[in-house]
Amino acid sequence: MSSKVLSAGDVPGLFSDGMTIGIGGWGSRRKPMALVRALVRSGVRGLTVVSFGGPDLGVLCAAGQVKRVVFGFATLDSIAVEPHFAAARQAGSVDVVELDESLLVSGLRAAGRRLPFEVTRSGLGSDALAGNPQIRTVTSPYDDGEELVAMPAIHLDLALVHLNRADELGNAACLGPDQYFDDLFARAATRTVVSAEAVVSTAELTRDAHPSTLLLNRTMVDHVVELPHGAHFTSCLPDYERDEAFQREYARSASSAPAWQQFRARYLDVDEAAYLVNAGAGNE
Amino acid sequence: MSEITRAEVAVAACSDLFRGQAEILASPAGIVPTIGVRLALLTHAPDLMISDGESTILGDVPAVDRPSTVSAGYLPYRELFELIAAGRRHVVMGGAQIDRMGNQNLSLIGDHAKPARQLLGTRAAATNTVNHTTSYWIARHSPRTFVESVDFVTGVGNDRARAAGPAASRFHRLHRVVTNLGVFDFSGPDGGMALLSAHPGVSFDEIQAATGFPLHTAETVPATRLPDERELQLIREVLDPRKRREDEVPA
Repeated sequence: MSSKVLSAGDVPGLFSDGMTIGIGGWGSRRKPMALVRALVRSGVRGLTVVSFGGPDLGVLCAAGQVKRVVFGFATLDSIAVEPHFAAARQAGSVDVVELDESLLVSGLRAAGRRLPFEVTRSGLGSDALAGNPQIRTVTSPYDDGEELVAMPAIHLDLALVHLNRADELGNAACLGPDQYFDDLFARAATRTVVSAEAVVSTAELTRDAHPSTLLLNRTMVDHVVELPHGAHFTSCLPDYERDEAFQREYARSASSAPAWQQFRARYLDVDEAAYLVNAGAGNE
Repeated sequence: MSEITRAEVAVAACSDLFRGQAEILASPAGIVPTIGVRLALLTHAPDLMISDGESTILGDVPAVDRPSTVSAGYLPYRELFELIAAGRRHVVMGGAQIDRMGNQNLSLIGDHAKPARQLLGTRAAATNTVNHTTSYWIARHSPRTFVESVDFVTGVGNDRARAAGPAASRFHRLHRVVTNLGVFDFSGPDGGMALLSAHPGVSFDEIQAATGFPLHTAETVPATRLPDERELQLIREVLDPRKRREDEVPA
């Protein structure tokens, strides 16, 4: 079997203008931030970003690369409101498809299962539905006759996820407390890129961990990239906690255009090795 | 014992939200309702289940600001959503706005196309409200929060659930709203909000002035009950000895 390993330098070649990109993780937890930084450096524009949003969403909005956001929320967890996403919304510079968390799950799951929609009760009566004519209801064909939500499939061109360990074939382990919905992102996408804290042998994946930690198997993954501290500054348990001091610095960069330019120059317009040095990642 | 504080009255009112409820997940958002749920667990509702709000079901009842040391189960978000769909939960949510019919808004202030202030987004409020019992905790009761009509409906109120049909109302149940001023339910006309009790020392007029819509009420408004001696001891010595409750409701 052939290796799916890409070098970090190959990653920008995966991106193109107008793509729909799904980003794994949750809020400011286990976000594929090194892949997001590569996306910023690539300069592609007009993106649709699908995310349980955190700084992934904020960075891409601040960089002006996002046309449309499909989201259930946007937060930095320890800072309630994602400041760059909020700034983009308040400036009216991004379109949004506002979903309930569970509707977003249903849309991704339907895409992965190659179904047109998933039936759910979630969203009924809320403005996530009332404000979105693209989401329709369906009447149960059984005696109950309930009118339920037919959440349409959310197809992704590309999924970006970050996990603790992967092998070069595309099997990947989540060693942290929650898988979030990274497997659904992987299955909803035409192509999936997994970055990992370490790329190890297949045997190594389960040397000290139960096989149930293997969230992704190789049928779900197209490319593997080794990116240590690749979720920084979000958390990637048990490898590292969130870098709260850096996150505060990131949040402050939303205070003015010069503050953002300064942040961008120091942390985003540099390669990943320089980022890790400038951000002090791994020194915490 | 020293004088009973407003925060302690609110904790007991949050505990009372769970009277008569057996084996369900109690999911409080906020310090006061978290202490309230744990107080219920240690007194009248021993079968309640609690989690750390992340991925672990607790096997103990720690103080509000201390970690659990006994895990009783695994509840990552994917499992939480299954539990919600199965209805085995009572959530106590917050909100930037809530209206007379119990519609809640976590998402934004202003116009959805270009909000004056972007907040969290919908989160799972829409899912919660049509699947299981929902209560609200509003630490600062004000006309900015208690509005005639919310800017964006995240948590579904009684009017919206009715309008969305039987699938929306089948498991929809708004229980109560607890604030720093009083306790409310939805026994008013058309399922609208009604004042159930005013916290000791708070007048109806004070509550009405802090509310952006006319409040329904009985002719005489009872006072919210005081926590009893055992409850006070549990609050002060076991569940919140470092008075985190006063971060939300100052003494």
